[in-house]
Amino acid sequence: MKAGDELPPLEIPITRTLIVAGAVASRDYQDVHHDAELARAKGSPDIFMNILTTNGLVGRYITDHFGPAAVLRKVAIRLGAPNHPGDTMTLTGTVTDIDGDTARVRVVGANGLGRHVTGTVTVLLPGPGEKGAS
Amino acid sequence: MNDEGAAVNHEGAAHDLDARLKAYEGRAAARAGIGKDRVNEPMIRHWCEAMGDTNPAYEGPDAVAPPTMLQAWTMGGLSGHTGRSEAYDELLALLDGAGYTSVVATDCEQEYLRPLRPGDAITFDAVIESVSERKRTRLGTGHFVTTRMDIRAGGEPAGTHRFRILKYAPAARPRREPETARDPETARTPGTRRPRPVINRDNAGFWEAVAEHRLLIQRCEACAALRLPWLPGCNACGSQRWDTVEACGSGTVFSYVVMHHPPFPAFDPPYAVGLVELAEGVRMVSNVIGVPYDKVRIGMPVTLTFLRVDEELELPVFRAGGDD
Repeated sequence: MKAGDELPPLEIPITRTLIVAGAVASRDYQDVHHDAELARAKGSPDIFMNILTTNGLVGRYITDHFGPAAVLRKVAIRLGAPNHPGDTMTLTGTVTDIDGDTARVRVVGANGLGRHVTGTVTVLLPGPGEKGAS
Repeated sequence: MNDEGAAVNHEGAAHDLDARLKAYEGRAAARAGIGKDRVNEPMIRHWCEAMGDTNPAYEGPDAVAPPTMLQAWTMGGLSGHTGRSEAYDELLALLDGAGYTSVVATDCEQEYLRPLRPGDAITFDAVIESVSERKRTRLGTGHFVTTRMDIRAGGEPAGTHRFRILKYAPAARPRREPETARDPETARTPGTRRPRPVINRDNAGFWEAVAEHRLLIQRCEACAALRLPWLPGCNACGSQRWDTVEACGSGTVFSYVVMHHPPFPAFDPPYAVGLVELAEGVRMVSNVIGVPYDKVRIGMPVTLTFLRVDEELELPVFRAGGDD
């Protein structure tokens, strides 16, 4: 692995179920994440994914790729276009630098409206001989 | 009070609010907060189910919690936050009172210092790091509030969580006009019409000619410089006397952009917007049609045509390809 390597993309269908399940699993009961009527009253066309779910999906994207021995050190994300039901988010990642056993990956999650999330993940990779992808 | 006085007063009120908001920087946002549940297998499993995360590190006797769950262990749930400071509640109330009633999370930066395991008891403190000045955003005008939380497990540092929210006054949503029956070739998004051109005495001749399927370029009577769009005077010599020449209709793409975001209801992105150089030497902005948006290229020959957008509006646009 080297800087510039790209991770295979991961497509995530943004279902109403995913948005609600993610909000409840993260104990986020803000109405805009489960009640479409109240979301509309607040100026949003529909419910939208909460940031904790996005964070969880970004973490999953990285550990799915590097394997269970990889350890997340830092996840820093910024949200842009919201994830509404019916959309698809495609996560892509590029290794930006490697320092010893630590890699930094730039992650972008794009949906039909634009960039939902941009961020950087710092991940500690399994040492030689340990089981892990790539 | 006259209008000017009101405007000055309004500015003054905004500065006053900014100062009051700044005063919260450095104050506690949460003190001695306690996670409502210890780190536990059921909540981990529910999280993994929701995220579709099948990482075996999160299962079995040596399970750790997904690191990205960090904030979840501090959430108040339906029964409310624990440990939230009066200062933070006051800050949010101050923003609510100023009309910034909506909230959206914009940034989350987490650092994980040690893995969390079932049984770990979570405690946390948080500080208000910064409150931005008033910002205009796509969602509306508001203030960003950044907090930093230190999270401990069994009293030992386990991670940090920096979180930014936007407290904002929602921007008015664009009003959709009633749906009209239109040619499906040109009516891309039902229910919304393209914006109307602003027609005045300085450009009325341009639009009258468009209605006759002619594209007229202004020509200065004094120095013969051509100009487009239409203007009352010559950019080269300042003369206000002019006549017109009709464009022959051929041109080339001088430059272009592809619009992806933000979407506007009357348009269906992505689409190409070209800066077309006409054979006469002047340039105009219009759509490039008859070619996929990602196949438009600088230097591509194009030919003038007229697109009927709806029953009232025709626009000069450019079709990819030379005169044939």
